[in-house]
Amino acid sequence: MALRDDWRRVRAIVRKDLTTELRAKSGFNSVASLGVTILILLGLALGPDAQALRDAAVGAVWLALLFSGVLAFNRSFQMELESGALDALLLYPGPRWTIFAGKLLGNLVFLSLMALIVVTAGIVFFNVPIPAGWPSLVGVLALGVLGLSVLGTFYASMASRSRAREVLLPLLLFPMLVPVLLAAVTASKAILGADLMHESGPWIRLLAAYDLIFLIATFIAFEHVIES
Amino acid sequence: MPSSDRARELAPTRSPRTSAWFAAGSFVAVAAAQAYSVATSPAEGDMGHLQKIMYVHVPAAWMTFLAFFVVLVFSLKYLWRKDENDDLIAASAAEVGALFNGLTLVLGMIWGRPTWGVWWAWDARLTSTLVLFMIFVGYLALRGFVEDPQQRARWSAAVGIIGAINVPIVYMSVMWWRTLHQQPSSAATLDPAYTMGLRLNAIAFLLVLIYFIRWRYEIARLERAGERAAEVAAMGGHLA
Repeated sequence: MALRDDWRRVRAIVRKDLTTELRAKSGFNSVASLGVTILILLGLALGPDAQALRDAAVGAVWLALLFSGVLAFNRSFQMELESGALDALLLYPGPRWTIFAGKLLGNLVFLSLMALIVVTAGIVFFNVPIPAGWPSLVGVLALGVLGLSVLGTFYASMASRSRAREVLLPLLLFPMLVPVLLAAVTASKAILGADLMHESGPWIRLLAAYDLIFLIATFIAFEHVIES
Repeated sequence: MPSSDRARELAPTRSPRTSAWFAAGSFVAVAAAQAYSVATSPAEGDMGHLQKIMYVHVPAAWMTFLAFFVVLVFSLKYLWRKDENDDLIAASAAEVGALFNGLTLVLGMIWGRPTWGVWWAWDARLTSTLVLFMIFVGYLALRGFVEDPQQRARWSAAVGIIGAINVPIVYMSVMWWRTLHQQPSSAATLDPAYTMGLRLNAIAFLLVLIYFIRWRYEIARLERAGERAAEVAAMGGHLA
């Protein structure tokens, strides 16, 4: 079963990445701390008016996720560049997309855990009341984090191997994420405001379509990006 | 590399004289189209003669999208055939596209200030044009930071294609974002008195676009040839 073999390759990469993160927790801890720090700074810059903070909460949380996510994506490929680990990874038999899938899943786990911390901090610091429709809020968050991870992983596979990875990744990634930012923020705001106009529906569908389109596009394009 | 190959590589694809005539022709066309449209179009009801900014702003916007389309086509072609020239054309189109994109934004602001009273509004078209500019900037930055020509070509082709896929999605999301809050200022359908001038200017701008891309492409080819010559020299005159 070729597909089962591919899946085992994907799992091996995810396990390798997560084990590395688990053994040296400093990576996750510092990136998550940065996310919370950005959130606190935004609170200071926009506060202290309680209502203004509550209105800005969703946007602040997403900006914190975007900025700290960039560091996470670059890190995940930077690890591969030390002592030529990526070259060894490429030498293993099997299709290249499994490397992308493994890296993507690893980043998705990393970012989801980070989002959990940042969102919790956002709810506390920005005094956001939890609405009755909170499961759809989690859905929006999951779709947004998926879109962020797909393009983040893809662009980091290039940017991390260039001369200026710190500046190049956000420069490439952020304009691409404009639809994710708009959709996630607007849908979340609508749900927080009880969504009387059913505004969130089209935005959630847009997010899902975005994720699907770029999942397919990046899986195809990755073959060209990684070949050496 | 045999010397005849190198000579062909360094030779421009068009003779300098043809290029010079094409350049002169395209700028004369712009001047003529501008003169025609300024002379023939009546003062617009609300905007008066400010409307004439349209004859530079709108063609520049069209050329921006056309240039991005060229980037998409030649990026796909590069990944398909791996011909370096396709990569250089895509890169040239991106640079020229960024120029027209910047021009569109600045001219739009100059038009917006007296008519809307603000330099910038978060309107659907303005915002998506700005995001497109940012995508162009990212593409060009990537090219600046990758040394290996083949890697640069493959990566920028991927970025060009993925970026092009995003353009309609960005436009749609920004449009929804605005319409859910306030109606975007709708441009009135164009009066027939203005269409001819706009069409002529679009053709003239198209000539300039072609000339700029060609010119930038010739320079890119010379740059590549120079890089290769430096490689050969570093190898002691022998190609590895």
